[in-house]
Amino acid sequence: MSVLVYIEIAKGKVKKASLEATNYAAQIATQLGTWVTAIAFNADAAQAEEIGKAGAKKVLVVKGDQYKNNDAVYLSAAIEQAAKAEGAKVIITSFDVTGKSLAPILSAKLKAGLVAGAVDYPTVNGNVLEVKKNVFSGKATAIYTINSDVKIISLMPNSFPVKLSDNKAEITDFAVDLGGITSKIVIKETKSTDTAGMIPLPEAELVVSAGRGLKGPENWGIIEDLAKAIGATTACSRPVADMHWRPHHEHVGQTGIAIRPNLYIAIGISGAIQHLAGVNGSKTIVVINTDKEAPFFKSADYGIIGDAFEVVPKLTEAIKKLKANN
Amino acid sequence: MKILVAISNVPDTTTKIAFSDNDTKFSTQGVQFIINPYDEWYALVRALELKEAGKATGVTLFHVGLVDSEATIRKGLALGADDAVRVNAESPDSFFVAEQIAKYAKENAYDLILVGKETINYNGSSVGGMIGGLLDFPFVSLATKLDVNGNTATVEHDVDGGIQVVECATPLVISCSKGMAEQRIPNMRGIMAARTKPITVVEATTDAPLTNIKSFALTAGRTTCKYIDANNVEELVSLLHNEAKVI
Repeated sequence: MSVLVYIEIAKGKVKKASLEATNYAAQIATQLGTWVTAIAFNADAAQAEEIGKAGAKKVLVVKGDQYKNNDAVYLSAAIEQAAKAEGAKVIITSFDVTGKSLAPILSAKLKAGLVAGAVDYPTVNGNVLEVKKNVFSGKATAIYTINSDVKIISLMPNSFPVKLSDNKAEITDFAVDLGGITSKIVIKETKSTDTAGMIPLPEAELVVSAGRGLKGPENWGIIEDLAKAIGATTACSRPVADMHWRPHHEHVGQTGIAIRPNLYIAIGISGAIQHLAGVNGSKTIVVINTDKEAPFFKSADYGIIGDAFEVVPKLTEAIKKLKANN
Repeated sequence: MKILVAISNVPDTTTKIAFSDNDTKFSTQGVQFIINPYDEWYALVRALELKEAGKATGVTLFHVGLVDSEATIRKGLALGADDAVRVNAESPDSFFVAEQIAKYAKENAYDLILVGKETINYNGSSVGGMIGGLLDFPFVSLATKLDVNGNTATVEHDVDGGIQVVECATPLVISCSKGMAEQRIPNMRGIMAARTKPITVVEATTDAPLTNIKSFALTAGRTTCKYIDANNVEELVSLLHNEAKVI
C-alpha cells in the first residue's frame, strides 16, 4: 500500500526535484499510515542511500540501458510493474521535463487521476485526495479532488523542502519484464543549451532577467556579469526573444516558460500580465526600471527606480563584495 | 498524412480572473475567449504549413466544449483548418479530454495528433501524454520543430538542459511549444470560408472524470514593494542577504 516515488538521476546526482518528491511522498505516507518506496533507474549505492535519507523506506533499483534516455515508454512500463508489486495507490513524480511525459502516460495506463504541478501537500478525505495546483498561469490556485483508486501527483519543482535524515532504506534490485516493448522514438542528436555553466532555467534558483529597457543585444554584458556574480541563470522577456536579442529558451512568461526561483531580478522589463504569469511564483522579486509607473513594481518585493546601465554594474560590484566578505 | 489538432477554448491572456458560485466556477462575465495560444500558434500553424507543403492531406480541429466554443473553433477554421469536430461536453479533467481525442483519432486513423504543450487556464501539460498512453502511440513532448517525410516525423524537443532531435514513425502524438511556427492572422478570405466549413458535433463517452475541481482561489499579490535608492545598491544586497535570505 506504499506511496511510490519516481527518482531521476542526472549528471551522476539524484535530482533535487526527486529529493523534494521523496520528502513529499514521506509526508503523504505518514498521513496514510504507510511508507515510501522509491524507484530509481541505474542508481548506485550512494545515490540509493541518499534517497533513503530523503525518506524512502525501500529503494527499488532497476538496471538497464533502455532507461538511460528517460524514454517514458520504458519508465512507465517499469513503474507500472513496481506499483503493482508494491500495491502502491499513490505515485509521486516531479512536474519537470520527464515528469510531464511520464505522469500523463502513467495516468492513462493505470486510469489514475493526475494532479500535475501540485503546490501544496494533499488533504486526505477518506479515499479521496485533495491537492492544490496553480491555474490561470499562476493568477489563481484550484483544489482538485482525485477520485480514482490509484492517484498520481506531480510536484511543481522548487516548491517543497528537502530534509535529509539518518534513515537507512532497504535497497533491492527490481527486475522489470519489458516483454519486448520497444520505443519507436529514435534519438538522432542531443544538443546542450547549458550556457557557460549556468544552471538550466527551469531549475535555476537565482535568475537575472532583462527586457527592452536594455535597448539592444549588445548591452547584455552587464546582465551576464550580474548573473555570473550571483551565480544566476539569465532570462528575458518575450519581445526581446522575438527580436532575437536573446535565445528562445530564455523567454519567461505566459507563452514562454514559467519559473519559480528563489530570486528573480527583472531589469528593464515593464511587467505586462503575460510576463508576470511566468514569474509570479518566484519567492523574491526585484525590479529595476527607470519608469516609476512600470506595472512590475506592483508585483515586486524590492524595487529600484533608476537607469539599468548605472545601477546594474554597481549591483554587480556590491554582490562581489558580499561574496568576498562571507 | 491526416493531422488532428486538439484546441482548447481559453480566456485571453489579459483577462482579470474572477470566480463565481462560491469560488467553484470560473466567471465568464465579460471574458474574451481565444484558442489556447500553444494550440493555435504552434500546433495548428505547423499543421497548416505541412499541408501547404504537400506533406499532409488534411487538418482537422478537435475540441471538447459546449456550443459557446464554436466562435473560437471558427477562428481555427479561418486560419485554414479543413473541418472541425466538437465533443458536446464540458472539459473538467484532462483525462476525460484525452479519452475523447483518443477515441476519435483511433476511429478515424489520424497519423499525427498535435496538442499545445499546455493550456493557459489549467496548465496541466497532461493531455498529450494521456492520449499517447491510451492509444499506445509514441508521445514526444515540448516539441520546438516538426518536419515530416513520408511516414516519418523528425521532431526537435526540449529535454533536461538541452534539445533532442528524434525520429519516429507515425502515428504519434506531439505536444507543441514555442519555436515550431509563427502566429498567423486569418485573412478575409479565410474568415469567409470558415463560415461554411463543417463542425461535426459528437456526444462524449460516458466515463466519469478521474479528477474534479473543488474550489478556486485568487493568488494573493505581493503586499508592498520596498524601494531602495539607486545610489544605495548596497542596501539592496544587504536586504537580499539578511532579510529575504536569497543570496
